[in-house]
Amino acid sequence: MKKLMALAGFMMLMMASLMAQAAGDLTIEITRGNDNAIPIAVVPFRGDGVSPSEDIGKIIADDLEHSGQFAPLASQDLISRPASGDNINYGDWRRVRANYLVVGRVEASGNGYKISYELHDVAGQRRELGEVVTSSDDQLRSRAHYIADQIFEEITGIRGAFQTRIAYVTANGVDPNISYALYVADQDGHRPQQILSSDQPILSPAWSPDGQKLAYVSFESGRPAIYVQQLSSGRRVQLTSFKGINGAPAWSPDGRKLAMSLSKDGNPEIYVMDVASRSLKQLTNSSSINTEPDWSADGRSILFTSDRSGQPQLYQMDASGSNAKRMTFTGNYNAGGLYGPDNKFIFMTTRTDRGFQVAKQDLSSGRVTILTNTYQDEAPAVAPNGTMVIYATQQGARGVLGAVSADGRASFVIPSPNGEVREPSWSPFLN
Amino acid sequence: MQFSSYAKTLAAALSLAVVAGCSSGGGTQDGDQQNGGMNSGSSTQGMSSSSGATGQNSGQQAQMPSENRVYFDFDSDSIRPQYESMLNQHAQYLQRNSSTNIVLEGHTDPRGTREYNLGLGERRANAVRQYLTIQGVPASQIEVVSYGEERRAASGNSDQAYSQDRRVVIDY
Repeated sequence: MKKLMALAGFMMLMMASLMAQAAGDLTIEITRGNDNAIPIAVVPFRGDGVSPSEDIGKIIADDLEHSGQFAPLASQDLISRPASGDNINYGDWRRVRANYLVVGRVEASGNGYKISYELHDVAGQRRELGEVVTSSDDQLRSRAHYIADQIFEEITGIRGAFQTRIAYVTANGVDPNISYALYVADQDGHRPQQILSSDQPILSPAWSPDGQKLAYVSFESGRPAIYVQQLSSGRRVQLTSFKGINGAPAWSPDGRKLAMSLSKDGNPEIYVMDVASRSLKQLTNSSSINTEPDWSADGRSILFTSDRSGQPQLYQMDASGSNAKRMTFTGNYNAGGLYGPDNKFIFMTTRTDRGFQVAKQDLSSGRVTILTNTYQDEAPAVAPNGTMVIYATQQGARGVLGAVSADGRASFVIPSPNGEVREPSWSPFLN
Repeated sequence: MQFSSYAKTLAAALSLAVVAGCSSGGGTQDGDQQNGGMNSGSSTQGMSSSSGATGQNSGQQAQMPSENRVYFDFDSDSIRPQYESMLNQHAQYLQRNSSTNIVLEGHTDPRGTREYNLGLGERRANAVRQYLTIQGVPASQIEVVSYGEERRAASGNSDQAYSQDRRVVIDY
């Protein structure tokens, strides 16, 4: 009996921890759909004698929907449930206005699974894609994201970013008893892993270009310092601990350098540190705040925030520090700028008469488009394929993440299960 | 911007001899609200200060100023006249207790980007540091740490909450 009780207790403990893990997942909710989204039917993947722990079809449909470019059909509109191309009646799917159809099935294979999927063009009445992928049980979500990537690229011509990850910071409690943590999760908010916790602030996580490391600012020593942490091992180094601000780390595209903001000699200035040698080069020199550097994809330019004009605005300079020129002229507050992956747009936090929003600016025309419509939207991070922007916003009085398609058409909120969530950073392509 | 704030600080410091101890008016509505909130902040401060000063104070000025927060207007690092007498008391205390060090914690409200707010918080703490050094406090006794918006004093998104956030805390 005692044994049984202990076992029951253990089981409850296990369940509690499993539930806690699930509760930590961030889930995406749609706040505004895209009227021009492509209708696609994703039939639930049939389990042939197996019941995998993840719903592959749902993960794929969710990925496609959260890209803002697809409108998966509701399950009641799935008029039949084919699992392979042999049983498809294209006329049926045309009648429910699906442009595309995804079918698939999951079978046992060794210790894991074999997942078969097909993408069909309904109007063209032909199979566009067909593939079989193998998966262990704990790879199922990754495999589903892989399949979503293939479908997304086949239809849009744009490389999918569903296998990428995000980093973000959480905060719980009220000063002086706030606990901070740094997390890494799949881009859909699932499978969060805490990589650092502290009773002192953590901010500005930045993915290395190889996706293996995060640079961030932590106050754990009582002062701000920049750390670089290897994600696989958890090993990390404290890269800087200068007097004053040690902030805003940003990797060069080759991963060898970090731009940062240091106030060791007075006001915050942009520096570039060679990560291997730790040698520092000062790029800005003005009697103002200079911070939030970001490198262009070609490594030639650095975008940064400066209030040398009296208000924070974005400036661009050569990576050598010369030829700084002001980039933003709309509004009296533009900060936290970053380049989109194609260098056609920069994204930023801008102040309007409705508070703070995330905006993008066309680099050739200078045209500014406000992407978000709530009041405290900031800290945009852009998917490596440039299609989605994740940012920090508020729901009630709580900090949460929001997401918007880079064309502004579809928007999402990612409610926080507990505490504040902020400082999102989107990984590079990881596959 | 730095220069103008420095000039303002200097001007404020020079005018101190005249207004010291009697600057009562001139506070904005924000400031008046904040005065009510100060006691809670300074009581925790009192606890840490007594331990920090143990063994150093005998025979010297024992009275550490109880108020330890300077509040700021939106997007401003200029010290309102109402805080001058309090800062003068800190300056006197620090000069008479030369082995006592302080940390000036600069804070902002949560609006705007976090890294830029680190800069604003530092600017505010530097304004207080400048004020104290002009009063004769050696710079070696003062350290500045900006927390930006990372340690809010208030929760919520009201103007009143924001006015509590925009502060420099003098930490012994």
